[in-house]
Amino acid sequence: MRAIAEGLFTDETPPRLIGGRHRQSGRIVFPCPAGDDYERHPLKREGTLWSYTIQRYRPKSPPYAGPEAFHPWPVAYVELGGEAIVEARLANVEPEDIRIGMPLELTLVALDPAAADPRLVHAFQPARVAS
Amino acid sequence: MSDVCIIGVGIHPFGRTDGLSGMDQGVYAVRQALADAGADWADIQFAYGASEAAGNPDTMVEQLGLTGLQFINVRNGCAAGGSALFSAQMAIKSGEFELGLAVGFDKHPRGAFNPMPADFNLPDWYGEAGYMITTQFFANKITRYMHEYGISATSLGRVAEKAFRNAVHAPHAWRREPVALDAIMDAPMVSDPYTKYMFCSPAEGGVALILASEKKARELGKPLIRLKAAAMRTRPPGSFEVFAPSIDIKRGGSATRIASTDAFRMAGIGPEDIAIAQLQDTEAGAEIMHMAENGFCKDGEQDQWLAEGLTEIDGRLPVNTDGGCLACGEPIGASGLRQVYENVVQLRGDGGGRQVPGNPKTAYGHVYGAPGVSAVTILER
Repeated sequence: MRAIAEGLFTDETPPRLIGGRHRQSGRIVFPCPAGDDYERHPLKREGTLWSYTIQRYRPKSPPYAGPEAFHPWPVAYVELGGEAIVEARLANVEPEDIRIGMPLELTLVALDPAAADPRLVHAFQPARVAS
Repeated sequence: MSDVCIIGVGIHPFGRTDGLSGMDQGVYAVRQALADAGADWADIQFAYGASEAAGNPDTMVEQLGLTGLQFINVRNGCAAGGSALFSAQMAIKSGEFELGLAVGFDKHPRGAFNPMPADFNLPDWYGEAGYMITTQFFANKITRYMHEYGISATSLGRVAEKAFRNAVHAPHAWRREPVALDAIMDAPMVSDPYTKYMFCSPAEGGVALILASEKKARELGKPLIRLKAAAMRTRPPGSFEVFAPSIDIKRGGSATRIASTDAFRMAGIGPEDIAIAQLQDTEAGAEIMHMAENGFCKDGEQDQWLAEGLTEIDGRLPVNTDGGCLACGEPIGASGLRQVYENVVQLRGDGGGRQVPGNPKTAYGHVYGAPGVSAVTILER
């Protein structure tokens, strides 16, 4: 298992997304842009759903590098309090259970689970309720 | 300062025309516009041409005549047509020229556009993971808007239903069969909440407008359709645009709001003075959001407007009287000029079965596109 690209997630367990913080304005973005204007800024693991849709057809390849077999997946924007609103897949949730405002946490999922050496992409899943 | 006038309009029907290049469709539109204006190609002093994917517009002089005129190509995404028109009116306003052309045409392959990350300064992983999809963005944007302002899915359906109904009477439109609201709502989802009828498709077509100084227009004896404002603007901080791996917590305005405000200021009138509006409707929700962004209603009032039919041909503010992008498709270079074509037709009273009643005097055109550009035009008769 390897990340789909370098510099997207921290090496911690569990990992965090690596955003960029603008050195002058403090604006936070994801991913961290190259160059000196932004410094690395690991983002919060937890957030709330800001908006979503369901991707219901297989994107064209290239650029899409996922499996030939297609199953619809949710694509969302997740608000990480005070930092940024990050675009991400949703995982481990049925479309009918998705609600704006629901608490979410970061996870990593395989772009192609059947691949010999799957590449990991970021996703958010419903946050585990503290018991 | 005297106004710039639109004295001739021409259009090649939108949709699919196998065997005719995008450029040829542009030439077709130019010839029709010249005939409409009662002008000869040899009289045209300059041209601005817009095309995203169908070649260099200036090469059409090969077919129209090698008169030596100034011909400048414009490439500005979805705002290309609006930018060509803006540039053409400035050329006349400057006093340099009296008679010119704005032309736009395009011909896109079937199916959704297939953009690559590098063209948008994005990393390759963004496309590999399946995010280079415009419909995802449109759907995410409207889902948030519906949540914030209480817009119903039925309103999305009503916009599409109106588009196909209006297009029945627009000879240049592509999809001219009415589609019932139930059929629109029950059609397969493309990106929730949008069904397949709620997105426009890439298409083909060409539009040409002949512009003249007021003095020249009077000489030619043409009815004076005045271009009171043409404004093209780019996005402010905090707008929500296509292909965004992240957006700012602090939400902001939009290119549309800036272009609209500035166009109204230039024209010296307000939204309440507009009789007809053509608003960018690449998807049904865009028309809804753009009703508010252009100042015609408040955010959240659209459900009531649509339920009461206020944007129908006989409503308070008819919107997209020829079916808009939903029914005409979107040849990028021609799309913004189609709106102006339709507005001229309406102001002249030539709309036939789709003519807005009450002798309209003012008409508004608005385009919006990636990555946060907008162009607004206001016409007055």
